[in-house]
Amino acid sequence: MRKAMMSAAAAVLMALSGSALAAGGVEVPEREWSFEGVFGTYDRASMQRGLQIYKESCSGCHSLNLIYFRNLTDLGYTEAQAKAFAAEYEVQDGPNDEGEMYTRAAIPSDRFVKPFPNDNAARAGNNGALPPDLSLMVEARPGGANYLYALLTGYADAPAGTDMMEGMNYNNYFPGHQIAMAPPLSEDGIEYEDGTKATVAQQAEDIVTFLAWASEPNMEARKKMGIKVMIFLIVLTGILIAVKKRVWADVH
Amino acid sequence: MADTATSPETGDEDAGRRDFLALAAGGMGVVGAASFAWPLIDSMNPSAEVLALSTVEVNIDPIAEGQSITIVWQGKPVFIRRRTADEVAAAKKGDGEDLRDPQKDGDRVQNDTWLVMIGLCTHLGCIPLGQKGTDPKGEFGGWFCPCHGSHYDTSGRIRKGPAPTNLPVPPYKFVDDKTILIG
Amino acid sequence: MSTAPQWKNPVVRWVDERLPIFTYMDHEYNQFPMPRNLNYFWNFGALASIVLVVMIVTGIMLAMQYTPHVDHAFNSVERIMRDVNYGWLIRYIHMNGASMFFIVVFIHMFRGLYYGSYKAPRELLWMLGVVILLLMMATAFMGYVLPWGQMSYWGATVITNLFSAIPLVGEWIVTLLWGGFAVDNATLNRFFALHYLLPFVLVGVVGAHVVSLHITKSNNPDGIEMKGPQDSVPFHPYFTAKDSVGMGFFLIFFAFFVFFAPNYLGHPDNYIEANALVTPAHIVPEWYFLPFYAILRSITFDVLFIPAKLMGVILMFGSILILFILPWLDTARVRSAKYRPIYKYVFWVFLIDCIVLGWVGAQPAEGTALIIGQIGTFYYFIHFLVVMPVLGKIETPLPLPASIAEPVTGGGGGASAGAAAAKMEKS
Repeated sequence: MRKAMMSAAAAVLMALSGSALAAGGVEVPEREWSFEGVFGTYDRASMQRGLQIYKESCSGCHSLNLIYFRNLTDLGYTEAQAKAFAAEYEVQDGPNDEGEMYTRAAIPSDRFVKPFPNDNAARAGNNGALPPDLSLMVEARPGGANYLYALLTGYADAPAGTDMMEGMNYNNYFPGHQIAMAPPLSEDGIEYEDGTKATVAQQAEDIVTFLAWASEPNMEARKKMGIKVMIFLIVLTGILIAVKKRVWADVH
Repeated sequence: MADTATSPETGDEDAGRRDFLALAAGGMGVVGAASFAWPLIDSMNPSAEVLALSTVEVNIDPIAEGQSITIVWQGKPVFIRRRTADEVAAAKKGDGEDLRDPQKDGDRVQNDTWLVMIGLCTHLGCIPLGQKGTDPKGEFGGWFCPCHGSHYDTSGRIRKGPAPTNLPVPPYKFVDDKTILIG
Repeated sequence: MSTAPQWKNPVVRWVDERLPIFTYMDHEYNQFPMPRNLNYFWNFGALASIVLVVMIVTGIMLAMQYTPHVDHAFNSVERIMRDVNYGWLIRYIHMNGASMFFIVVFIHMFRGLYYGSYKAPRELLWMLGVVILLLMMATAFMGYVLPWGQMSYWGATVITNLFSAIPLVGEWIVTLLWGGFAVDNATLNRFFALHYLLPFVLVGVVGAHVVSLHITKSNNPDGIEMKGPQDSVPFHPYFTAKDSVGMGFFLIFFAFFVFFAPNYLGHPDNYIEANALVTPAHIVPEWYFLPFYAILRSITFDVLFIPAKLMGVILMFGSILILFILPWLDTARVRSAKYRPIYKYVFWVFLIDCIVLGWVGAQPAEGTALIIGQIGTFYYFIHFLVVMPVLGKIETPLPLPASIAEPVTGGGGGASAGAAAAKMEKS
């Protein structure tokens, strides 16, 4: 009875949670990521390349609203480097003593600069399609990193007979297969600062690693603490079992 | 649960069970509870985006002699006063007086003309008057706190009233002749 | 057996003579007699109270950082995740804690169903438990709205719209709930206020649940009452020790989700900010609502004069409310399924039915899943309304042991079974 109930409980959990997760989305191939698993960490070099791709290929249309320039130290940059990166951007500030708004160079405590002042401007600039904010992209899509990688590398010619809508591109993994975003990555479309060869696969891996970090910058702290907590709890439970056995010795 | 249960004062047979194992379990329970409590408490400390805003740059060029401005740094008012020669002289003279919180004027300023300090009365945190020309400035010509009657001199030192210490000077530096960076 | 202790410490004695909290604690949590044959399924009540405390503590810390405004709610939660010291930890504990609470409470309830813990004299104890479940559901639902993601928004819209099924006053009630003409800022604000209030109401009902438990004492796997000191052991140290073991395993399970799969039980759409103009392609509630959601959606046809929409709502609420009268629907003379040769299997059929309904709740409401859901819903109510009353009458229970201390082998013959059962009913 006990075992049966235990396994039933486990089955309930698996069935319910599994089905909740499986809801929606397209089957995507699994890949290996530096940040997977209990000991996974974000690959710093890959993230830095990813930042370069975001800056050169994505930031023209996609915002990254939840990231501050100061967060770039997470990528392995020094504070001075983050400051220099920020200084390349201009942000609006004010009002000053005359009551005027003015622009100044961005500082580390500023957020990443949006490409468009608001959603309507973004739509107007993109044939009516709104390029989504990328801050939580990896957490906000079923399949996460695997899905984004598949999407970025999944552009193809539309199969014969597909009725493509005006301005749409065919993608193997996008739900409905017709995506407004033109293929954002191309072979050697970027010149990496660290000299890595910029294949489409390499670029997709780098930008997804960067976006995975943007989605959950505290993941490394979470896993590191998790390992300590697990070890503590397992030892504690072991001792509690021993105490319980001692206490119940005279009853059984 | 084990560590929250009250231990009985009746009977001595329980004493035998308080062996090493139970002690270890109880000890670990206390450590575990404390390690759970710390993140909860620490979450109330200033968060990363608050800490990132801990410095502020101020343009002091437009301030005329004998004028003050108040700016906000870390949520607190900071007084920046361009002192007159008379005020500086009064402040230097005060060095020799019997002070509650003895401090030389020279130790409170980086440049005799510019007095920078946090404008919160050290008694109970009201903002002293004296920033505007029409404000009462107290018996020592500096600032006067209307809440409980503390008088500060032209160096921001406490001279009379209940406040225990001088108005504190925040960390700051002159970036150039016209700009100071506070924090 | 339960003699009032003599407190040696003068301060303790001074307090105790004026407010007997020490005597009370000693009586209820130290000397308190517990059946000696309880298995680990009796841990889950204690585990639920641990989760409740964890939820309240983490919830208060989150409330200090959260902004209940449609323009700021989503970003204030992300600020907690990114900038607040250990904010990610506190939020992940709270978020997964809700699931843990339901896991623990569902197991606690199915244990009650299996061992007949709802039967006399524990009917009120059980009913208070159903009130706790309802309060938990309301609290969890409103809490899920607070991050103001897509699932928050559309979940709130769908669930509040349930009330529009009520004839005549339905639309009026929905507008009242919203404080507007759609789920909006006013809705978010009141949900936050209620989400903060209800857990404390919950604490009150849990208190009543525990007081009631301490009057009737715990049921046990044999489903017979304790007859004397030989059947019981004191709560401390026996059950403090045993509950602690359960707590250890439970915390490992909980921590695994918090640290290594924090979003596994959640939904990706809730990381997209609420948008009143776009409904997600496939709305699903949190997993713990899925069986009830399946019941709601399975009624696609009008029943007599009742429209399908209203019938779905009635059955969904009915599926929980029916638990209130379960003590009187079950006509069996013995409590524990251990001594009920047929109910033993019926229980598992019912459990499987609930799991199937949960699976259906996560599927799109069409095709085979819909039909399975309709069969599952039908059986759910048949179980309570037909199987439980009839089975109790026709089933012959196995011989009950004479007492907890004497296992069934010592009790012997079938003749004593009826006597023991009769005795049980009197107690």
